[in-house]
Amino acid sequence: MREGYEVIYQKPKTLTDNKMHYCPGCIHGIMHKIFMEVVEEMDIQEKTVGVCPVGCSVFAYDYMDVDMQEAAHGRAAAVATAIKRMLPDRMVFSYQGDGDLAAIGTAETLHACNRGENFLFIFINNGIYGMTGGQMAPTTLNGQKTTTSPLGRDKKSMGSPLKMTEMVTPLDGVAFAARVSGNNPANVRKAKRIFRKALEIQQQNIGTQFVEVVSNCPSGWKCTPVESMDWIVEQSIPYYPLGIFKEPGK
Amino acid sequence: MGEIRFMKGNEALAEAAIRAGMQGYFGYPITPQSEVIEYLAAEEPNHDYTLIQAESEVASINMVYGGAAAGARVMTTTSSPGYSLMQEGVSYIACAELPCVVANIARGGPGLGTIQAGQGDYFQAVKGGGHGDYRQIVLAPNSVQEMVDHTILAFELADKYRTPVLILSDGAIGQMMEKVELPDPIPYKPNKPWATTGKTHDRERNYITSLYIQSDDMERKNISLQKKFRKIEEKEVRFEEYMIEDAELIITAYGVTSRTSKKIVDLAREAGIKLGLHRPITLWPFPSERIIELASDDKVKAFFSIEMSAGQMVEDVKLAVNGRKPTFFYGRTGGIIPTPEEVIDFIQKKAGEL
Repeated sequence: MREGYEVIYQKPKTLTDNKMHYCPGCIHGIMHKIFMEVVEEMDIQEKTVGVCPVGCSVFAYDYMDVDMQEAAHGRAAAVATAIKRMLPDRMVFSYQGDGDLAAIGTAETLHACNRGENFLFIFINNGIYGMTGGQMAPTTLNGQKTTTSPLGRDKKSMGSPLKMTEMVTPLDGVAFAARVSGNNPANVRKAKRIFRKALEIQQQNIGTQFVEVVSNCPSGWKCTPVESMDWIVEQSIPYYPLGIFKEPGK
Repeated sequence: MGEIRFMKGNEALAEAAIRAGMQGYFGYPITPQSEVIEYLAAEEPNHDYTLIQAESEVASINMVYGGAAAGARVMTTTSSPGYSLMQEGVSYIACAELPCVVANIARGGPGLGTIQAGQGDYFQAVKGGGHGDYRQIVLAPNSVQEMVDHTILAFELADKYRTPVLILSDGAIGQMMEKVELPDPIPYKPNKPWATTGKTHDRERNYITSLYIQSDDMERKNISLQKKFRKIEEKEVRFEEYMIEDAELIITAYGVTSRTSKKIVDLAREAGIKLGLHRPITLWPFPSERIIELASDDKVKAFFSIEMSAGQMVEDVKLAVNGRKPTFFYGRTGGIIPTPEEVIDFIQKKAGEL
């Protein structure tokens, strides 16, 4: 530390020093950081086991300094289920994108929620397949252009975007369901509080915790990071409203 | 002497898994192996393991992945179409080097096929099944007793080599009842420092992955896997032989057809034919060295692979024999077990043409 300077902002010790591969402006980095801040603040690093998906966050284990498993595409919920059942006193989370959780892994997602598996889903919904180069996701908005919906998503042939949080909320097994975003500092702070709440619910062992993050993809959406944040406000959030959908005692 | 019981093959496998210290079972019902999950569900309250009836075989095998990577002894069981659904998971498990036991109580295929016993999954079991360069140990029991013995062996080999071990049985062995001797429960103390059990302050984080995105990393991983496979080939070949010493004609058969083949050998011997049986117990690693030895013996005139398939293991027999002696195939499909009479007719006819 240089003389006369003081640290006023730093990453949590629960993140590694590895350089992240995420594109400039991507919300993944923000979510990694605030989630791992929660892990640090709750002092649960030694007890936490995570599952990363196939998708942009496939390398999450390079950044999150906790034990992690890399699951096959769509299977993070099945993998997390078994980890929690084998190690019931650990804190378990899956970190999944929309292709992973809401397309190829829909069955695993719904059934884990329905069984009330006691782990936290962190569902990063950016409405596009980022890693494979910008193809349509189950959560791509109607009319939104992607490389596989070049004229815009047509609900007549492609169906309308899936609202996963609304789908899992009525399931008996789900104890906590919320949708957050990371598009501005206020929402980032809210998201962090929600992550903490979800993990506290996991400690109570009363059911699945499901937190959807309305995210962005400047590279796939072919816009600047700032424009992607505007798109979240103007397009994404009206279709995917933020808030707590279900919590214990309410 | 262990406890003696009269049991169905599938139930014997399930009981053996409990006694081997299995901690997690994840499965989906499918005929003809559903007795495994039923037995384990009934026994669960009396033991420490966790059972989940998964939403699919795809979920089952990925639960096996997660449970194995968390350091637990885990198993799934299924039958042919269900095993097809698991292939992606098996490939991941092989690459991530996770110990687990999978049993395929095979039925006749392809497609939805028949619920009768079949041996048409040999290729899938020993040649990969899933994508990429991997191998798995494949054990082929031919009795209810071996359903017990192989299950216990499978857990041990899985842990020893950090590999999936497949028990390739079939609907006949799974459904038949025989007397079995059960071992006492085996004390199991996991020693898996690589498992994802939570990063304690005294170690780096553990992560389990099958992703090696850089070419040189992927190749290094493959070289290391292949080294392990060569070691398994060297150490773990198992086979059984019957009336082989003076045999001039040799049957190769595994699983249920190796049982009928003993009868065939007896009948042939009564008719003065010097027939013997070579029965691979490990389908991978395959007893190639022993077959080379037999094929190099001057008195041996021919090999006959007897299967309930359209001809699968015969390819490995031929590879080992390598043209030294004629190698014939006789098989039935659809769940039909070749009768001793039809096999002897075939062998006599072919031997007469030599």
